[in-house]
Amino acid sequence: MENPENVIEVRDLEINFHTYAGEVKAIRDVSFDLHKGETLAIVGESGSGKSVTTRSLMGLLAPNAEIKKGSIMFHGEDIIKKSEKDMQHIRGKDIAMIFQDPMTSLDPTMRIGMQIAEPLMKHKGLKKKEAIAQALEMLKLVGITNPEGRINDYPYQFSGGMRQRIVIAIALVCYPEVLIADEPTTALDVTIQAQILDLMKDLQNRIDTSIIFITHDLGVVAGMADRVAVMYAGKIVEYGTVDEIFFNPQHPYTWGLINSMPTLDTASGSLQAIPGTPPDLLDPPVGDAFAARSDYAMKIDTEKEPPFFKVSDTHYAATWLLHPDAPKVTPPAEIVRRQKKFAAMQKPAAPFAKTASKE
Amino acid sequence: MRKYLLKRIFYLFLTLFIVATATFFLMKLMPGTPLQNEAKLTPSEKAAILAQYGLDKPVWLQYFIYIGGIFKGSLGLSFQFSDQAVSYLIGSRMGPSMQLGGQALVVGIIFGIILGAIGAIRKDTWADRLATILSILGIAVPSFVLAILLQYYLGLKTGWFPVAGWSGFAYTLLPTLALAASPLAETARFIRTDMVDVLSSDYIELAKAKGLSKFGIVYHHALRNSLIPMVTLIGPLAAALMTGSMVVENIFSVPGIGEQFVKSILVNDYPTIMGVTIFYSALLCLLLLLTDIVYGIIDPRIRLSGNGD
Amino acid sequence: MADNPKDIQLTSADFAPLDKQAGPDNERIAAPSLTFGQDVWRRLKSNKTAFTSFIILVLMFLIAFGGQAIYHHDPNAQEPKYANLPPKIPGVNIHGLNGHLTQSGQDVDAYKQAGAGSNVHYILGTDYLGRDLLARIMYGTRISLEIALIATLIDLTIGVGFGIISGWKGGRVDLFMQRVIEVLSSIPQLVVMVLMATAFTKTGMASIIAAIAITGWTTMARLTRAQTLQLKNQDFILAARTLGESAPKIAWKHLLPNLSSVIIIQTMFTIPSAIFFEAFLSYIGIGISSPQASLGTLISDGQKNFQFLPYQMWYPAIVLIILMLAFNLLGDGMRDAFDPKSKR
Repeated sequence: MENPENVIEVRDLEINFHTYAGEVKAIRDVSFDLHKGETLAIVGESGSGKSVTTRSLMGLLAPNAEIKKGSIMFHGEDIIKKSEKDMQHIRGKDIAMIFQDPMTSLDPTMRIGMQIAEPLMKHKGLKKKEAIAQALEMLKLVGITNPEGRINDYPYQFSGGMRQRIVIAIALVCYPEVLIADEPTTALDVTIQAQILDLMKDLQNRIDTSIIFITHDLGVVAGMADRVAVMYAGKIVEYGTVDEIFFNPQHPYTWGLINSMPTLDTASGSLQAIPGTPPDLLDPPVGDAFAARSDYAMKIDTEKEPPFFKVSDTHYAATWLLHPDAPKVTPPAEIVRRQKKFAAMQKPAAPFAKTASKE
Repeated sequence: MRKYLLKRIFYLFLTLFIVATATFFLMKLMPGTPLQNEAKLTPSEKAAILAQYGLDKPVWLQYFIYIGGIFKGSLGLSFQFSDQAVSYLIGSRMGPSMQLGGQALVVGIIFGIILGAIGAIRKDTWADRLATILSILGIAVPSFVLAILLQYYLGLKTGWFPVAGWSGFAYTLLPTLALAASPLAETARFIRTDMVDVLSSDYIELAKAKGLSKFGIVYHHALRNSLIPMVTLIGPLAAALMTGSMVVENIFSVPGIGEQFVKSILVNDYPTIMGVTIFYSALLCLLLLLTDIVYGIIDPRIRLSGNGD
Repeated sequence: MADNPKDIQLTSADFAPLDKQAGPDNERIAAPSLTFGQDVWRRLKSNKTAFTSFIILVLMFLIAFGGQAIYHHDPNAQEPKYANLPPKIPGVNIHGLNGHLTQSGQDVDAYKQAGAGSNVHYILGTDYLGRDLLARIMYGTRISLEIALIATLIDLTIGVGFGIISGWKGGRVDLFMQRVIEVLSSIPQLVVMVLMATAFTKTGMASIIAAIAITGWTTMARLTRAQTLQLKNQDFILAARTLGESAPKIAWKHLLPNLSSVIIIQTMFTIPSAIFFEAFLSYIGIGISSPQASLGTLISDGQKNFQFLPYQMWYPAIVLIILMLAFNLLGDGMRDAFDPKSKR
């Protein structure tokens, strides 16, 4: 499976949390690859395990977490087996992270210039003066106006959007190979969200980094990602290129997600919610975890876990509906509409599939 | 900022005025005069002594004279030491008290920070538990019990330290230790709670994501953020030290203000009681004011906006 | 990933649509629900230190308030010929508990020296007037606890009332009340106490209680006010106001229950501080005076003979320290138990 195009290869990852109620099986057998230069979006509702997965890439899991099984290969080495000291050399240098809430993720008592300079001093061994000079360049790059005048300011003197730009500057200052963005726009106003997403896209091209983009908001994914992995109850249930997931989804959970997404061209005024709540991961259900909430559930879903069925070279989904013997079902109307569009797109050069040639 | 300062200074004077007034009238409620051996004195001798203290005047006039005197730095005459001014008494005893208080504060805060930080960084380990036990003991063992135990076991029995008195640095060690226990414990508890909060904050997570070492995270981010709010603890700590000094100075026969205060209480030396009360309040008020100013200077979050409450 | 999942052999029955009614309930919430009180109790119980402290306190209260029913010794009965006798527990032969003393390097039976018969034994010894120390400690603990509890109760009433009014009224009233607190809290607490205690020495217990209560309530008021301010604008309070409930009724029915955790926790720290101040005042000689006793006076009395008869100070000091420890540890435990942030 080794592929030089892959920056990170995650295989069969299983992570449990020890809590007073018992062991929570937060990540249940997750595998995925991150290709060089791409943006991989991991989508799922809160508690689906997307944040835990990425924390494990940084070696920043909570003390009560335990990696049961699996490997995370980065540069041919398994991150899981690395010591804390070794991880400190990777964090911030090769793999960097952007957090959700810019209002709380900057140290309130340190000048922002110093906060950006810190990783440079740590990883590149720069003197404070040189590091601050580079931090200034970075501030310019992330679009802070009057960077010379503001480099000595404290976080409270910036707005939320500006602070997130600073957090991005901190993450990118060492030109990392991988950037993990954990819901970077969730805490921001909608207008600011777009600016931050544009900035990330722009910087990705300049710095040549791969991005893992975590979100619960499919709407954000469309403009941002090359590939999408959908997570549910600690598992990836479907993955494919952004067009495949948006226009030819196969898993009922993905259908539900797309159906519950407001779009301008949906005719009906009401939003479709997915009924029920995610399963309790203290005691995960047998078979397809989504069966209890799915309108398309079959007997086999409660007995046997569905394997990944191949839809195309880049597209896989774990649902029994793809088994050749399974009865043909009709997805929700919105999905049918999208699948028609997808079929039409396949013939001429697809306008949406900007990365199709790469895949 | 200037407006805020002026306001604070106004409140400082208001507080002192209220303290002075309340003390004055409370003391007037009490029996007792500067007259010792009252029976042996002739009426004219009595009158002379009362006049010396101004006690022949009506109470309201005494009050105005007293308050007026405070502005001139006078706190009246001591009953116990008939010709000594209270302000002189306080002044001559300030040195030992300040030295002890200062030493205890430094020792208490430094070791308190270390203990608290260890507790927070090594949360839920034996080191944390040990630190917690020490700091709880520091709060639970009253200073007078600790002082007696230290004096007996480290002074009298082993002869390691001087037992009592005030002639050299060695004599300050045991009283400093007895006084430092409570600020040490308070600091340790404060720092631990605060740092546990800080260590679970998002910016510490970001610092980890930067690849900083554990030491770097604590030193550059956690400690600074925990220490800033600690400034507010200095007022209460100073007040606790004043309390402690009364008994500790007494037990170790340190010629300080606290020792004098307790003596004055026991012999009903009202002018001295009043004087020390006002002195203590003024000291605490000033410390609280300083704390606020320092807090405004070192916390960047309130540096600009800190012109209101 | 299986080699070729399409080869997995399944029967048509496997693809039968799932009967939703029979299937697992997708709205079921798995974790059992606990009321706030139950949750607090559960977590308090799981905190071993706090729970032990709780048990110790219950025992101390039982002994202090009910001990005399079993141990019939008058704490004030003086027996000068039996003065300064060391502890003697019948049947125990450990030095220090068998009535023996070490005098100038020699082991001496102090009871024999005093001419006491073999039926005389004081479990914790006697003091310099020949009073039974155990009886005095029980009595002193009771007085100390009474003072601390009454002072705390007053402190609580003033503090909570002041805080609620200040927070609820807001505006000028709040501003004024805050200034009052500001002024009061910049006066050293002990100085006020000393003044109060000196000014009203004749009244004994009452003056100490007043002295502690008058100076102690500002912290409680501050906390209550802050919490009230937060609660005031929450929806359930707004709803009650919109429905036209009177302010006192809202305070009683809605505010107080929500303030209870803050109040209880603060109380747990006010009690030991009151115990401390009482002991302190009595120790320096302006608190409880003879023939009454409190832990402070007992320590002060014991200190005089500490060099020769250390037990006279050690025992009351240990009782005081255990009380302070237990209250502080229980307070810590309560704070953790009430604080949902620390949920583990």
